[in-house]
Amino acid sequence: MLKVNNIDVYYGNIHAIKDISFEVAESEIVTLIGANGAGKSTILKTISGLLRSKTGSITFAGESIDHTVSHAIVKRGLAHVPEGRRVFLQMSVQENLEMGNYTQQKSTMHSRMEDVFTHFPRLKERRKQVAGTLSGGEQQMLAMGRALMSRPKLLMLDEPSMGLAPLLVEQIFEIIEELHSSGVTILLVEQNAHMALTIADRGYVLETGRITLADDAKALLANDAVRRAYLGG
Amino acid sequence: MLLVSQLINGLQLGSIYALVALGYTMVYGIIKLLNFAHGEIIMVGGYIALFSLTLGNFHPVVAALLTVAGCTLLAVILEKLTYAPLRFAPRLSLLITAIGISILLQNVAQFFFDAAPRSFPASELFPVGTVMLGNVSVAYTSLVTIVLSIVSMISLTILVQRTKLGKAMRAVSEDTEAAQLMGVNVNNVITFTFAVGAALAGIGALLFVARFPQVTPTMGAMLGLKAFVAAVLGGIGSIPGAMVGGYAVGLIEVLAVYVGLSRWTDGLVFLVLIIVLLVRPTGIMGRKLMEKV
Repeated sequence: MLKVNNIDVYYGNIHAIKDISFEVAESEIVTLIGANGAGKSTILKTISGLLRSKTGSITFAGESIDHTVSHAIVKRGLAHVPEGRRVFLQMSVQENLEMGNYTQQKSTMHSRMEDVFTHFPRLKERRKQVAGTLSGGEQQMLAMGRALMSRPKLLMLDEPSMGLAPLLVEQIFEIIEELHSSGVTILLVEQNAHMALTIADRGYVLETGRITLADDAKALLANDAVRRAYLGG
Repeated sequence: MLLVSQLINGLQLGSIYALVALGYTMVYGIIKLLNFAHGEIIMVGGYIALFSLTLGNFHPVVAALLTVAGCTLLAVILEKLTYAPLRFAPRLSLLITAIGISILLQNVAQFFFDAAPRSFPASELFPVGTVMLGNVSVAYTSLVTIVLSIVSMISLTILVQRTKLGKAMRAVSEDTEAAQLMGVNVNNVITFTFAVGAALAGIGALLFVARFPQVTPTMGAMLGLKAFVAAVLGGIGSIPGAMVGGYAVGLIEVLAVYVGLSRWTDGLVFLVLIIVLLVRPTGIMGRKLMEKV
């Protein structure tokens, strides 16, 4: 579904992403794990068109999106939940979801919103509330719900567990699995490697802008080097 | 009775400041640019209105529509030509560009239209005369100005709060990148914001020349500055703030005259600005971001 071939991304003179290739097949959960600053978020931003690669190519659903502007990429069914959630803090929960529906028909918005509420009942309770007053976990749910409004074929999640209490992290991961079983393909970027590899089919390990390992998630969980570096022994 | 008619006078003046202040605050809200060329849009609007009435001999409604359309078109062209290429440049470059455009427009106007003030046939634009409200006589112009600006502000509020485009404007103003990820074409939204601000400035230009019936190449400078003060006073970036700030500046000016400080009006406006900013650095309606992480 998503193919990333030999991309190189720079921030000014800094070579952040070095010749990276990977792919996500339909109905997979694929995870990119790695330490802070390894380039995980940069990769997602490049896929969604916020940054551009100097080389290589990215194809989504069989079509090149190298020159597609980011607002058009969403429309093709690729949704990106950015790091730090980035919900619109001054808008209500409902308005945030309406923004998620931006590329979709207005006529189907309400049924879509009800679908989102089945995954996130908490959002329904808080639909009139301003997003800035939600807790971190609720904001993460809102960010995910907002992305789901665009009916994505592929959902990219950037650090959904960041800053959340363990219980909430588990809840968020349960929802990710739930979304996956409802037919959404998922590309998950995480520092919480253990959680990510537990639910993923395959994983890639990222170190300072390069992919150093690629394997089935189970194999990575058992890999000694991965255990030492990312799983605390 | 003098006080009441002065207050109405202040509302009239305040309406004009509010309309112009909205343009500053909306553009600031969306790209964090203090658009110092905004006052010159009004000046151009003044000349368009003047020439449509005198040279074109157009019906006043046509002249008014031409003025608003001309201001909007000019702002869109300026945005595409000068600000859009600087989208990722440091904000100071944008600010300097805005000041440059302001000076350029003033000089172009001076070159073509002469520096001398031209009198504006206000009576051709709005009916002359007064109406009695109770036992206060109010000029038609005042009434038209107040009503027209309130209608404009209500329309703007509906646009921003209720429509899809308005939500996109708010989204871009809060988090441009996140708005892009929702599928918003940010460039179009920014251009649209400039257009709306300029349309309001066009209306402001008509109301301003109806009140002070002459047109000069520098007429936008002081009006622009006062409206900018109004926007900052209300809380720059806040739409209700610009409205409140506009009326506040208008009322301060006429009350200064009323108490006999007519030579100090401009100074008083800036004094109030300084005091408000000392007490509330974000302005009257400017809000601190409530954020919970």
